[in-house]
Amino acid sequence: MSPDLFAFARRGAVFALLAALLVGFSLAEPAFLGLANFMSVLQSVSVVAILASGVTVSMAVGGFDLSVGAVAASTVMVSAYAMVVWKLGAAATVALALAFGLGVGLVNAALIVVVGVPDLLATLAINFLLTGLQLIPTAGRSIAAGLILPSGETAKGAFDPAFLSLGRARVGGVAPVPVLMMLAVGVLVFVLTERTRIGRLLFAIGGNEIAARLAGARVERLKTLAYLISGGLAALGGVIVAARVGRGDISSGASLLLDSVAASLIGFAVLAARRPNVLGSIVGAIFVGVLLNGLTMLNVPYYTQDFVKGAVLVGALGLTYGLGRRRA
Amino acid sequence: MNSQRWALQARGVARRFDSTVALDGLDFELGEGEIVGLMGANGAGKSTFVNILAGALNPDAGELTLDGRPYEPADPAAALRAGVVALHQSTDRIGAPELSVAEVLLLDRFADGRSGFFVSPRTIRAQARRILAACGFDLPLDTPLGEIGAAGRQLVAIARALAAQARVLILDEPTASLSAAESERLFALLERLAARGLAILYISHRTQDLRRLCHRVVVLRGGRAAYEEARPVDFDRALEAMIGRPLSGAHPQARRVEGPPVLDVAKLRLRKSAPPLDLAVRAGEVVAVTGPLGAGKSRLLLTLFGVHPILSGEVCLDGRPWRPRDPADAIAQGVHMAGDDRRRTAFTPADWPGGTIAAAIALPHLKRWFPDGFLNRQVERSHAEEAIRRLGIRARGPDARLDTLSGGNQQKVVLARWQAVTPRVMLLDEPFQGVDVGARAEIAAAIRAQTEVATLIATSDAEEALEVADSIYHLDAEGLRPLRAEAA
Repeated sequence: MSPDLFAFARRGAVFALLAALLVGFSLAEPAFLGLANFMSVLQSVSVVAILASGVTVSMAVGGFDLSVGAVAASTVMVSAYAMVVWKLGAAATVALALAFGLGVGLVNAALIVVVGVPDLLATLAINFLLTGLQLIPTAGRSIAAGLILPSGETAKGAFDPAFLSLGRARVGGVAPVPVLMMLAVGVLVFVLTERTRIGRLLFAIGGNEIAARLAGARVERLKTLAYLISGGLAALGGVIVAARVGRGDISSGASLLLDSVAASLIGFAVLAARRPNVLGSIVGAIFVGVLLNGLTMLNVPYYTQDFVKGAVLVGALGLTYGLGRRRA
Repeated sequence: MNSQRWALQARGVARRFDSTVALDGLDFELGEGEIVGLMGANGAGKSTFVNILAGALNPDAGELTLDGRPYEPADPAAALRAGVVALHQSTDRIGAPELSVAEVLLLDRFADGRSGFFVSPRTIRAQARRILAACGFDLPLDTPLGEIGAAGRQLVAIARALAAQARVLILDEPTASLSAAESERLFALLERLAARGLAILYISHRTQDLRRLCHRVVVLRGGRAAYEEARPVDFDRALEAMIGRPLSGAHPQARRVEGPPVLDVAKLRLRKSAPPLDLAVRAGEVVAVTGPLGAGKSRLLLTLFGVHPILSGEVCLDGRPWRPRDPADAIAQGVHMAGDDRRRTAFTPADWPGGTIAAAIALPHLKRWFPDGFLNRQVERSHAEEAIRRLGIRARGPDARLDTLSGGNQQKVVLARWQAVTPRVMLLDEPFQGVDVGARAEIAAAIRAQTEVATLIATSDAEEALEVADSIYHLDAEGLRPLRAEAA
C-alpha cells in the first residue's frame, strides 16, 4: 500500500470497523438496526462517555485522573443520601453532587500541584479513599427509601421524581436525557480542548510543561482546571447513574473507571490521533457499546463482556502505536 | 594519510523524504584514526547521513561498508553493536534525569548483561570512575543526570560511547554547550582516541573547532559532497561551498546607542555567594554575555524572566523596579525570553496540538491574539506566514510540523515566537545552537533589526557574540566585565 493510502486507512480504521460492526450485526439480527436499539446503545454508553471526556482532559495536561470511577460511585451515594436522608429536592441534590465532584477535583489538584504527588498516584489514592468513604455514612448499606440509619432511625425521604427523570426521561419521546447530556458534554469539551486557547495551553502543558511555563502558561491553574473538569464530569456521570438506578447502590460504579479509561485510550486510535482527544473518547465509548449490544443480541454470554472490551483496547492500542509507525 | 585503511565508506548513498531529496548519491569515506569534519548548511543532508550511519534511517540507494565489510544496520542497536556510535545534539536521550551519572555511564552494561545480575552501588561507582578516568573527565558520580547541565550530559554521553568500544564515533555539534576549556579537553581527548585508531566524524558549524581538530573537512550541499580539503583547510572556501555564495565578510558595525537604559541591572546577585553584577541595555542595543558554562549566563536571563527570584540587588525596567513573579508576568510586561535547547524549553511534541509552526509561534500570545478565547487558525497562519517571509524559514507553510524542519529553521521559529509581538526586552539564551553560518547571519540580522528592543544574549561562543552584538561582556566566577569587541 502506498504511504498515503496506509495513513488514510489508519485514520479511518475505527470508523470502518464501527461501520462493519453495524452492518454485520444488523444482517445477523434485524432488530439491531432500529432507532430504539440505537438509543439504548447510546444510553448505555453515555455515563462512560462523559467520564471518558473528563479523563481525556486530565490526559491533555499530561496527567491521568484515576479517581473518576470512585467519584461517580460516591456521587451516586451522595445524591441518594441527600434525597433519602436529608430530604433535599432534585435541584439541590444535583448542585450538591456536582459540588462534591468539583471538590474532589480540587483535592486531586491540590495533591498534584501543591504537594507534588504524581498524577497517577494521587488520583489512584483518592479513588481508594472514596471507594471506602462512600460506605461509611450508611454502614455499608445501599440507600433506598426507608433506609435504617446506623443510629437506628429510619430515613423518611425518597428520590425526587424530577431527579429520576434525569436518567429515565426521553426528550420528544425519543432521545434519552443522558444521551443528550453526553452529546452536550462531548461538544463542550471538544470545543474547549480543540478550539480555544485554554485547550491549546492544556495540551501544551501535557506536551512540555517547561516550555508551557516559559511561554507564560499558568501551569498550576490550568492543571487545577483540568482536574475540576474531570471531577465535575465524573459527578455528572454519577448523577445519571443514580437517577437511572433510583437507589444508592454501593456497587454501582464498579466498572466505570476501567471502562472510561479504555474509551479514552481507544480514542487515541480514532483518526490516528495518537493523543488524548474528546471526539475519539466518545467514539471509543460508542464503539464498545455497539459491540457489546450486538454480541448480547447474538446471545453471547454476559460474562465475556470484559474480555471483549479488553480485546478491543489491545487492538486499538496496537493500531495506534504499532502499525504504520515506520522508521523515520 | 595515503596508505590509509578506510574505516567507513559510503558509495552513492541516497535518501528522499516525500518530494524532498535529502541525500543525492553521497560518496564519503572516513579513515582509521582520522578526524573528519562534516560541514553543511541546515538541510544539506548532514542529519540524514548521520541517521543512516547510526541505523535510525534506511538509505533508498547506495552502499555502506565498515572496515571493508558491508554495513547495513537494521536499527540503532545494530549500529551500536557494529561499533558505530552517534552522539546527538540534544542530550535528552542518554538517560533519565533521575539516574545518577554513574548509573547512566553503566547503562549499556546493565542492558547487555555484562554487569551481572546483582549490582552494588560500590561496584557501579568503581566502574563508572574507571570509565571517566579513561576519558580524563571529572564528573560528580552521584549527582542526578538532570542536575549536571547540558555540558555535563554531553561529557557523560561521550564517556559512555567510548566505554562501548566504538569503532566510529559521530559527534554532532558536541561543543554547543561546552566552555572553551571544556572544548579543549574534549579535543585533546578526541585526538588521543584517533591516535588509537578510532575514526571520528565531527559535525559542526564552528570553524574554529574544525580548524583546531579535523584532519580533513567535507562540505555537504544539496545531499552531495560539494567540497573536500585536507589540512590546512581554507575555511572561507569551505564556507562558500557550503552556503553556495561568496561570504559577505565583516562583522556588523557595533552601534553606539544613546538614551536611557531599558534594562538596568545594579548589584544583582544570582546566587548568595556570587559577585554582584551591573549591566545596562538600551533600546536598539544588542548586548551579549559570554563566558564558561556554569558561570550563570542562563541563570542571569532566567532571573530577569522571573523564573528565579532576584536574591539581592536592583533591576529596573524602563526606570521602574523590575521583580517579575513568573514568566507569565514577565511576558505581560514586555520581557520575552527564548531559552537554550529549544526542544526542552520551547517546543511541544510535533504530533500534539501546537506542533506546527503557526501554533508554536502563537503559544505565548494566545490571550492577546484570541481575546474571546476561541482560536482562529487564520490569525495564527498570517502571523506565521509573516515570520516565514521575514526570517526566511524554509518550510512547506505555516502548518508544517516542527519535526519536518531543520535545526536552523527550528531556531528561527523560536525567534519568530518571541518577535511576533515586539517586546521591550528580548532575552536570548544560545540563539544560534545548531545553526549553520547562513542561517546564523539571517538570525543575527533579524535580532539586530529590532531597533526598539533591548536585547540581551547569552552565548558560550565568542564568535557568535561578535557577529550579533554591539557590546560584549564576559561572565565568570569573578563577575561580569566588558570585553572590547576587537579583543574578544
